[in-house]
Formats: sequence, structure tokens, C-alpha cells
Amino acid sequence: MSTIVTLPNQEEARLPKLSYLNSEYGLKSWLLTGDHKRIAMLYLISITFFFFLGGAFAGVIRLELLTPQPDLVASDTYNKLFTMHGVIMIFLFLVPSVPATVGNFVIPIMVGAKDLAFPKINLLSWYLYVAGACFLVYALLNGGVDTGWTFTTPLSTHYLNTHVITAAMGVFIAGFSSIFTGLNFIVTIHRMRCPGMTWFRLPLFCWSHYAASILMVLGTPVLAITLVLVMLERTVGIGVFDPTKGGDPLLFQHLFWFYSHPAVYIMILPGMGVISEVISTFSRKRVFGYTAVAFSSVAIAVFGFFVWAHHMFIMGVSNYSALVFSLLTMLVAVPSAIKIFNWAATLYKGSLTFETPMLYAFGFMGLFTIGGLTGVFLGSLGMDIHLTETYFIVAHFHFVMVGGMLMAYLAGVHFWWPKMTGRMYPESMSQLAAVTTFIGFILTFFPQFIVGYLGMPRRYHAYPPEFQVLNVLSTAGATVLGIGYLLPMLYMPWSLKYGKIAGSNPWQATGLEWQIQSPPLTENFVDIPVMDHEAYDYEWLAHKTEHEVTTVG
Amino acid sequence: MHISPVLWQFLVHWLTNSALFPPEASAISPYMDAFYFFLCAISAVGLIAVAILVFGFSILYRKEKSPVATQIEGSTLLEATWTIIPLALFMICFVWGALLYFRIYNPPTNAMNIYIVGKQWMWKAEHPGGQHEIDSLHIPINRPVQLTMISQDVFHSFSIPAFRVKREVIPGRYSTVWFEATATGTYHLFCTQYCGTDHSAMIGEVVAMTPDDYQKWAAGSTSGASLAQNGERLFASLGCNSCHSGEATARGPNLSQVYGSRLQLADGSTVTANDAFLREAILNPSTHVMQGYAPIMPTYQGQVSEEGLIDLVEYIKNLNSNYRIQQTLTTSQLAPGQAGASSSGTPQVNGPARAGRTAPSVPGTVNQ
Repeated sequence: MSTIVTLPNQEEARLPKLSYLNSEYGLKSWLLTGDHKRIAMLYLISITFFFFLGGAFAGVIRLELLTPQPDLVASDTYNKLFTMHGVIMIFLFLVPSVPATVGNFVIPIMVGAKDLAFPKINLLSWYLYVAGACFLVYALLNGGVDTGWTFTTPLSTHYLNTHVITAAMGVFIAGFSSIFTGLNFIVTIHRMRCPGMTWFRLPLFCWSHYAASILMVLGTPVLAITLVLVMLERTVGIGVFDPTKGGDPLLFQHLFWFYSHPAVYIMILPGMGVISEVISTFSRKRVFGYTAVAFSSVAIAVFGFFVWAHHMFIMGVSNYSALVFSLLTMLVAVPSAIKIFNWAATLYKGSLTFETPMLYAFGFMGLFTIGGLTGVFLGSLGMDIHLTETYFIVAHFHFVMVGGMLMAYLAGVHFWWPKMTGRMYPESMSQLAAVTTFIGFILTFFPQFIVGYLGMPRRYHAYPPEFQVLNVLSTAGATVLGIGYLLPMLYMPWSLKYGKIAGSNPWQATGLEWQIQSPPLTENFVDIPVMDHEAYDYEWLAHKTEHEVTTVG
Repeated sequence: MHISPVLWQFLVHWLTNSALFPPEASAISPYMDAFYFFLCAISAVGLIAVAILVFGFSILYRKEKSPVATQIEGSTLLEATWTIIPLALFMICFVWGALLYFRIYNPPTNAMNIYIVGKQWMWKAEHPGGQHEIDSLHIPINRPVQLTMISQDVFHSFSIPAFRVKREVIPGRYSTVWFEATATGTYHLFCTQYCGTDHSAMIGEVVAMTPDDYQKWAAGSTSGASLAQNGERLFASLGCNSCHSGEATARGPNLSQVYGSRLQLADGSTVTANDAFLREAILNPSTHVMQGYAPIMPTYQGQVSEEGLIDLVEYIKNLNSNYRIQQTLTTSQLAPGQAGASSSGTPQVNGPARAGRTAPSVPGTVNQ
């Protein structure tokens, strides 16, 4: 049982004459397209824009925190900065990041379909995203919003005079975009699989997107309801969250976190799918324990719905309900541990190479492990009392969301870049970017664990001077991290014109998307493929390559 | 959870003197820190295990050394191993964390009570003896202190990192936390729940003093009237005494010694008359009618400030007989309008006419 995989000679590769990129021309052909690949590109461009906008806010925040005094911006401005940073990064970047770009591009091809089940709904989802984004940009340009991304009542309903309704409307609309994406994935994975593509032959990327889609479809409406209630409270004062009218301010917390905790899994699960693909490809080996990894995604999705109150341990929920939610939180940590160990075991007896996606995947494994383990700190009831609402929690979720998810996103974008564009990104440059990002990340967020245990509260504009050293380290790290993110921004567009031509399968990966030309035709497959082997079957690939007349191009 | 070996002493000494660790100044802190070290240890083990696997395999099976990948399906035994071991460790964390949580959030019965009112953007502390503080809290060491907290506007959160305690301060609902300070000193007090513009200025200091110093401070800082005395004035001025007079024919229930007792409500349920219940019964009386009484009490929502409610609660808490209520009623019936002229300063007679004037916290307003 062994396979030798040799990468194809890229010197011989030629760009295909016809592909989804040149099948039609003109702005209209892009804006009215039903092609999942073009919509993925539209998403890629829009979320990249918002990533850098959100990142710029983070930069100003870190610069302000360089000194203990509130000296760079006013308190209200600072509050708006972290609010807009959170809202943009979560709703306009992290939630759509992998699913709407990479997922949109490769899921139909992975299951052997010509498009998603509902191409027009897919386009509608992008327009909803843009509409939601427009509301947020409008709120931003007119002075911003300072509720914190959590829109906590009664602060957001009675005590602030900023553009809360506009911002909430933006998030509300963007939420529907993610519901439609989830709906499309669920139906596509159920109904559009090619002959022979059984559930257990699906790439793990599809499994994790399926699990995330369930969360999107079931969770996001609750967020929508919550935001509508906040808007109604502000406009007509219905009093659902107002104690003086018999409402309950804690109800808002319950409703909000009922979405927003699963939202964490909406963000991380697609990233985990990327890691499975990348680790397998660069180990030239089947993912260790395929079924365990597949079902752990489902387990995360199921348990993810029943842990929301762990955001409220100190808020006066009953001690016994806190007990139950803490227990469930411990259970949801287990599937993540299973995944990490399975990925590590996949490397065993592989034939490893360390291209950029693999480096990002290693970064993911390290940072996500730290993020996950510090989640156990916060899930433990007593410890949570001291750590919650401090920088410890800020560090924790940045390790998961940025260290984990953003690394996975970059791994995915680099991994499928040759498929999307037909050209390679510059390898050594991108390896440098991956390492820079990793170092910058650790330097930015690790000191925040320490300053968090010292007790520095989050969302503080000014802080006691004894916390300064750690904050300076953090700001220095953020600078390095910023460079790490700017590099791909420069070399990725460069590679569109000057990158080496990739050929159909530069990584010698096994997924169906690698068996067609790069960039693919609008209809993906000339003939509907028939799946006659398991996922990650490198022997099948070696056999196929051997008997192929044309190897590349 | 008994911790006292030399190693522990050494560790604590070293850490508490480094800038990377908050001071340990309460009875719970050593237990919290022990748990923290345990969590750090299992995290380190987990992280090192993953790092060894990833780096080890990367070196052993890199392409130059291992040009041929061996396909492996998986292993149920290994899957079970890395399911059960993390699960077991997480369960230990769960139990340990739960024990701490129940200890921090279940105050001992002998704790001394201090009231905290949070508002944008200050902390007000009210000691039963009538000491009022803003953005600072004086407490004696070696004595359990319970805080009964409420917010006047938005969510706040009361955090003392040196004591390792924190609790959300919620509008419209009392929340409690307790601690026992063990070392004198001045410690940070933070609001940790984002509460608007000056969130980061909603800070203060906790001054832990020896019991003697605390006595001196309390004697020197009192406003002259205890919370219960303020409550007594308010009780009379709001006219509570006309129904809650304790007489058999009174229209409202007898409030003497009601605190802590089990009450039978008109809807058939029973409740314990604690701080939260008393506050609720004043603000929303129609939903808390006692069995055998008509729902005639008007709501006091919007008429009494949170401080006023605290005064009333504190008064009812300490009400052991109805003698003084009846005295007040008799005095005001005999000479209405004249009661205020006599004996100013001593709260022997508290007619409605002079209520609130000498009280440091003026009742009768909301949203001060």
C-alpha cells in the first residue's frame, strides 16, 4: 500500500483557451452571473476589502493602546473603532470568508455538479451581502456605531445616540446572505452529488461545510429576530428587554448568544474543512480516521447549539443551569481535539512537503490548539469568573478566529488559487508571509493572555500603567501581523499576470476539482464525472496519471 | 483542595512579586490560582503533544526522507484514546471549576453586607452603617463581605482581579458576590462590562484594612444615619406605614421579622422574602400579592431610586417590631405638621413632614 506522487512539470503547462474567466466579458456578465465560480470571485473581492477595513480599525486600536493614557482618539471614537472592527470582521469577513469564496468555488466541483442547486439565490446572497455592507458603511460614514458588536441591551436601546438601527439593519440583511449560502450548500450536497459520490466519499471539506450550513440556516434567523427586537425597542419601545416594562435584559443575552455561539462554529468549521484537504494533499495520504473527522464536524454543529449560556456564567443565570452549560461546553471541546489529533496522525508515514498552504495549516493547528485549550479555561465555571470580560477572552477568541480561521482561510486561498486563476502564487514570498503572520500573531495575542489574567478589562480605552509593557508587545506584534497580511495583498494580484501557469493539478491532489482544467470551464465538467473511488485515494490518482496521455494543461 | 507545601509558598511568593501575576489578596485566590496552574499545565501538555507530533512527523516523513506515503485507514483504538483522555481531563476541569464557582457565588451566612449601585460611569457603595462611597470600597480583612449589587441603567460588571471575583451588575435585579480579603492594601476595581462612553473610566479602588482601621474609618465616614434609618424615614414619607402598620386590621401584611421567612402568595406559590423579593414587591406589588390580602398596593416604579429601595430593604430587614411604626403613626395623627419641629438629629420620631430632608440620599427621584 504505497504511492509515489511526482508533481507535474509546470513548464509544459498552458492556460486553457476557454474558461469561466473568459467565457463572457464585461461588467454585466459578472454582476448578473449565475456561475458559482464568478460569484465566489465577487465575494473574494468584497470580503478582502472589508478585511482590510476591519484590519485598519484594529491597527488604530492597537496604536491607541500603546500608552495607558487615552491620547490618540476620544473615548467615543475608541468605542466606535472596536465596534466597527468587530462588526465588520465577524459579519462581513469571518462568516462569509471560507464558505462564500472557497466553498462557493469548489463545493459544486467537489461533488461533481455543474453549479450550486440555486444559482440565482447564490447571486442574491452576494447582493444581500453588499446591501448589508452598504448599511454598515453608511452607518460608518455618518459617525459609526458604538454598541460593541454584541449590541447589548439596554445600552444599545436606551443609552446611545449613534446609528444603531442602521448598523443592526446591515447585520440583519447580511445574515440572510449567509442563510442563503447555507441553504444552497445543504441542497447541493444532498441532491447534486454525481453518480458514485456517496456521503462517505465526499471530501471532508464538504462535510464541514454541511455542518456549518446547518448552523447558518438554523441559527441566523434567531439573530435576525433579536436584531428586529432591538430595532423595535429603539423605535417604538416594545419593552421586551426593559425591566421597567416587565421585560428581561438577560433575555437579549440568551437570544443573542443562541446565534452568536453557533456563529463561532459557522466561522471555524469551514476552516477545519480546508485544513483536512491541505494536510491530506501535502502528506500524499488519506486523512487519518475519515469517519471520525466527518462526524466530529457534525458533533460540533449539534453540541454548538447547546452551549450559548457559557457567555453568561457571571450574569446571574441559575447556578445549576451554569453547571449544565459548563458540562456541555466541555463536551464540545472534545470533537475539536479529535480533529487535531487526526490531522497530526495523517502526517504519520506520509511524504510531506511544505508549500505555503501546509505552513498555514501548521499555523492553524498550533494556534487553534492554544485557542481551544484556553476555551477550556473559560468553560470551567470558577475560572470563567476571573477571566471573562478581560483580555484573556480577547486573546482566546482571536486565537480561534484569527489564529485558527484566518490561517485556514489563507491556506485555502493559496491552495485553490491555482484552480481559481490558473496561475501559481510566488512560493518563497508566500512562505515568508505565512511565517511572518505566525510570528506576528503570537507576539500580538500571547501577551494578552497574561494581561488578561492580571485583570485588564476588554474594551478599555485607558488602562493602569502597570499593563503597558504587555500592551506595547502586543502592538509591536500587530505591526508584524499587518505586514504578514499585506504581503499576499501584493503578490496575489501580481501573480494574476506574472505567476507561473499552474496546470490542472499542480499539487497532485485527489479531489474532483483537481481533475479538470484550471481555471475550470463555466460548466465545470464536459461529462458528468463518475466517482469510483474513496476520497483522498492517492493510488487511484497515481494510476490515473500513469495512464493519461496528456498530463498537464 | 488543601494546598500548603513549601513549593506552593515559593511559587506564590515568586509570582506575586512578578509583574506577570496579580496579587493574591482574598481567601479564594490561592484556590483559583491552583486551578489556573492546573489548566496551564494540561494546556502545555496538550500543546507539546501536538507540537511533537507535527514537528516529529515533519522531520521523519518529509519527502526527501520518505518519498513514498503509506496509506493508513485509521484506528478505532487511537480514536478512542484521543477521545477519552481529553474528555477525562475536561471533566476534571469541569468538576474543579464548578466547585470554585459554587464557592464564589454562595455567600456564607455570616457575611457582612454592602450594597453597590452601578451607574454610568461610577460605582456607589453603601454600607449599612450609613457610609457612602463613590468609586472606592473600604472593607475589613479576614471577614466575609457580601456585595448586593444593582445597576441604575445599563449592564455593568464589578471586578476585583486581586480577589479573583467578578459579577455582572444588572438593571432591575440584585446580583451578589462575596469575598474574604486576606491582605491589606489598595486594589483595582474595574467595570468589565462595556457600558458606554466612559467605560474605561468606571474604575475605582478597593481598600482592604485591618478590622481596627476599618472600625476607625467607618466611625469617621458615616453620614450620621444608617441605611435602615434612612429607610425608616422613607417608609413613613411614602405612607407605607398606613397599611403595613402591623395591626390585625391593617390592609397590608405585617413586615416585622418578615425578612428571611417563607411567604405564601395569593397565586399559591411560596417564596423566601430576600432582598430581591422585597425590592420586587415594592416595584411590582400586583404580581407579588400575599395570600389573604387584596391587590391594592400601588406600584412605586419610578418613584424610588435604587438607593431608596436599598434603604427600604435594609429597613425591613432590620424590622423586629412594629412599635416604632405605630409610634410614628400616633405622632403624625396627634400633631400633623409639628412632628418635624421636635428632636432634630435623633431619629426617635419620624413624621412624614420631615422625611428625606436629613437623609443623605434624597428619595423620591429616579435616574439621579
